Order: sequence, then C-alpha cells, then structure tokens
Amino acid sequence: MIVFDRVHKRYPNGREALSNVSLRIAPGEMVFLTGRSGAGKSSVLKLIALLERPTRGTVTVNGINTTTLRSRGVPAFRRQVGVVFQDHKLLMDRPVFDNVALPLVVADTPLREIDRRVRAALDQVGLLGKEGVLPSELSIGEQQRVGIARAVIARPPVLIADEPTGNLDHGLALEVMRVFKRFQEVGVTVIIATHDLGLVKEFGQREIVIENGQVAGPPGGGPADGLPPLPALQARR
Amino acid sequence: MISPSTYAARHLQALLGALGRLLREPLATGLTIGVIALALALPAGLWVIVSNARAATGDLADSIDVTVYLKADVSLEKARQLQRNADRRPDVAEVRLVPAEKALEEFREYSGFGEALEALRANPLPHVLSITPRAEAADPARIETLKRHFAAWPEVELVQVDTEWVQRLGAILELLRRALALVGGVLALGVLAIVGNTIRLEINSRRSEIEVTKLVGGTNAFVRRPFLYEGLLYGLLGGLLALAIVVAASAALAAPVSQLASLYGSGFSLSGLGLREAAVLLGGGAALGWLGAWIAAARNLSRIEPRA
Repeated sequence: MIVFDRVHKRYPNGREALSNVSLRIAPGEMVFLTGRSGAGKSSVLKLIALLERPTRGTVTVNGINTTTLRSRGVPAFRRQVGVVFQDHKLLMDRPVFDNVALPLVVADTPLREIDRRVRAALDQVGLLGKEGVLPSELSIGEQQRVGIARAVIARPPVLIADEPTGNLDHGLALEVMRVFKRFQEVGVTVIIATHDLGLVKEFGQREIVIENGQVAGPPGGGPADGLPPLPALQARR
Repeated sequence: MISPSTYAARHLQALLGALGRLLREPLATGLTIGVIALALALPAGLWVIVSNARAATGDLADSIDVTVYLKADVSLEKARQLQRNADRRPDVAEVRLVPAEKALEEFREYSGFGEALEALRANPLPHVLSITPRAEAADPARIETLKRHFAAWPEVELVQVDTEWVQRLGAILELLRRALALVGGVLALGVLAIVGNTIRLEINSRRSEIEVTKLVGGTNAFVRRPFLYEGLLYGLLGGLLALAIVVAASAALAAPVSQLASLYGSGFSLSGLGLREAAVLLGGGAALGWLGAWIAAARNLSRIEPRA
C-alpha cells in the first residue's frame, strides 16, 4: 500500500516539482504514471523509493512514513522497493551475475541461495545463461531486463520503473511490460512512469496523470485519485 | 539473521576485492605503499639508532667511578686502611687502591712519556682510591654526597667524579627519544593523510557503484567495508616494506658498527628490530591504514546518495 497525503516537493534549486499530491495505490496493483516530461512523474517515484523525502505532507510505503524514517532505517526500506531506471544503472564492469546478485549480497544472503536465485531471476526475464556476460555485450533491451532482474531478485513487495521502455522499440517495450505484468500477477505492486500512451492503453491498467506537479486524474474515469478518509487508511495498515 | 559463514565469506570477499583492486594498478599502488613505507621506516630507523645508542652507553652510565686522590705524603699502609674504611660504607660497591708505584708504571707504559719520567727523581703521583658506588646509589645527588664525604677526609687531596659527560649523553639521548616521538607522531599523521587521500580518490572513482549499492539497500557498513580493507592492506604492505628497509639498513650498518666498536675496545654489536618491534611496525601500519580509510569513508561516503 502506497499513500501520498498532500505531498509537496520542492528541490533545493527552488523548483516546485509536486504540489498537494494525494494518491493511493493498493497492494498488488499495477499503475501507470503518465504526463509530460517534467510534470512530476519522476518525483513521485523518487519519493516512493526514498531517493527524496517530501518537503511537506507524508508518503507512506508499506506502513512506513518516509518523512520520519531515520537514515539508519533507509537501507532496510530500500530493500522493500525494487527500482528500474531508464538508463538501467548497471555496473558495466561487472558481469550480469554480479549486477543481479547485488541486492542479495547487501542483504547478506548465503552464497548458495544467491546462486540459485540469480538464475531464477534471469530465467524470469529470459536471460538464463548470460550470467558471465558483461552488460556492455548485451543489447539495450537485454540490459533493461538485467535491470529488472536486479530490481526483483530480493522479492520486494513494491516495484517501480521510470520510463523502462524509453529506449526500446515497440516490440521490446511490449516484452518488458509483459515482464512487469507477470510480477504484478504474483502480488507485487508495480508502478511504471511512462509517456508511451499506446502501451498504457494496451495493458488497460489504472493510469494516474500528473500535470504541473499535480494529479490531473485519469482522463477516462477509472478509480478515483482522491484519498479515502484517514482513519480508514490507518485501519488498513 | 546472518550466519557466521556468510559473514566470514562477506569479509573474505571484501578483502580479496580490495587486494584485486590494489593489484590492478600496480604502479599507483606501489608508489602509495612506497611513500607509506618511507614514512614508517624513518621513525623505525630512528628508534633503532636511539635504542642502540642507549645500549652502547648504558654500561658507561652504570660505571661512574669516584676517583679519590690522596695527599702525596700519605703512606701506602695508611692508604690501605683508608681503602678498608671506604669499603665499609653501604653505598660503596668496590674500592680499588692504585698505589703510586703502580700508577707510575701504568703511566710510563701507556702515555709515551716513559723517557721523560726517567728524569724525575721521585714519583710525583699519589696513591689513588678508585671507588665504584652501588648501582642503586649511582644517581647524581648521592654521588655528590659521596664526593663530599671523601673530600672531608684529611688525607684526601682531591675527589673527581666524571658524571657530567654521562649526564650530557643521557640528556642527548632523551632529546633524541622525544624527537623520535615527535617525528613518529607527525609521520603517523602523514600516513593517515596519504591513505585517506588515496581512499578518497578511490571512493570518487567508484561513485556509481556506491550509488547503486545504496539504491538496492546496502548499508553504510557494507559500502565502507571494502575501503577499510583497502586502507588496512595499504598500511600493512607499507609496514612490511618499512620493515624490509630497516632490516636491510641494519644489516648494511652492522659490520661498520662492529668495527667502530672494536676500535673503542667494545664488543658492542648493532641490534636491529626484534620480533616485538616488527610486530608493532606492522600492526601500527595496518592500524594507521585502517584509520585513514575510515576517516576518508566517514567524510565521503555519506555524501554519495543514489540519484534517479
């Protein structure tokens, strides 16, 4: 469960990225964040991944208020949220295995289990057998899928992706989206920021439109973006 | 909960990773280790010099003799009686009587004035009592008491104590010892700075790796670990090289020092670093490397946060 309650985000350079954003994403839901570049989609994702903290308002992820979370608790929090970037942020001088294994390594997972789970994760994204290959030897689509394998290997309950299909042609983009859909089907909350509206329509999931740092609502109706009464929220935690 | 074997494997991995990074750039690593080694070898070498100087002069300081010249008209029999009297004092270890005839003989033999002495009608030398104080009474104040005691005897012409040069030597050695502590302290700071700067550069060059590691939930301790091992290795290898430098220098100087000592009629030989000192050098180097890395990590790692 992800809840934004009247969230404002102002960056040190004075730019107001989000103003008064309230939204709610249910566990196991798959949601598309859409809107123009610079509208605030990335800021929403950064706040969920705790790469940023809100200037005002509260962001709650899995019952944890990110505003009040102490820095000591940040690493444990980040293990609950898998992140996929458009530029995938792989370590190009490390083989695929090391890249995918990293979230398990930092969580002190036993070596034998790491080995098994890396294979499983690579299998899920269709890259089994590429463990020893350097990311630079892979195609962009394959690199993107390595990034997804890394984001999901620790089985985080929340998976977020910022323009994961930005560099891909339609066929590859569709393939990557199907991978995300499969994770949603096993109970992972998936939030994808994209401006590929065709892709959004194809998958028919809820769409949250962000415009000028505010929730502009889904244009074609759909579930409301408003916040249910707070007591109900607390009860669900 | 993390199992001990996983924990050990993580540390081994961090250690091997650090070793691998050091080996990947042998020239830069070698230069850094060389500078650390010089900074460690200098105080270690000074320590060898000071401790050897102390050992070489320690016997001298222990053998302060009080020389009591008796008046020329004191008979040999009287002199023997005075010798017995002096020997009775509790702070006196030994009293040696050098009769005038013996002294003249020795003087003739060693001074080279033998022929000139033939011209003398009578022996100009007095009987002499050479008094060795007990070791526990060898401090300057008690020597002074002893000196005054003998000077008061009517048969005594002059009492001489050669303590001043011993005191001066002691003061010089003490000065050297303090200089050593000072130099050691300054150079230890130097080692911290060298390792700290090297690790800072390393942290900057691995920025993206640190960001990604933190992004996937790596703790500060996890991110810091490889850098601490790297600092530890720098310090340890620098200490090892410093040890080799000091051992080689000691070996090169051993023969000339023995020769010099034999010219002074001494069996003194140079002693290098013992096992304990070698362990201190290696341990100190490793500790300084670790600390330098820790400071660099504390100052630089917290600034690196993942960005989207």
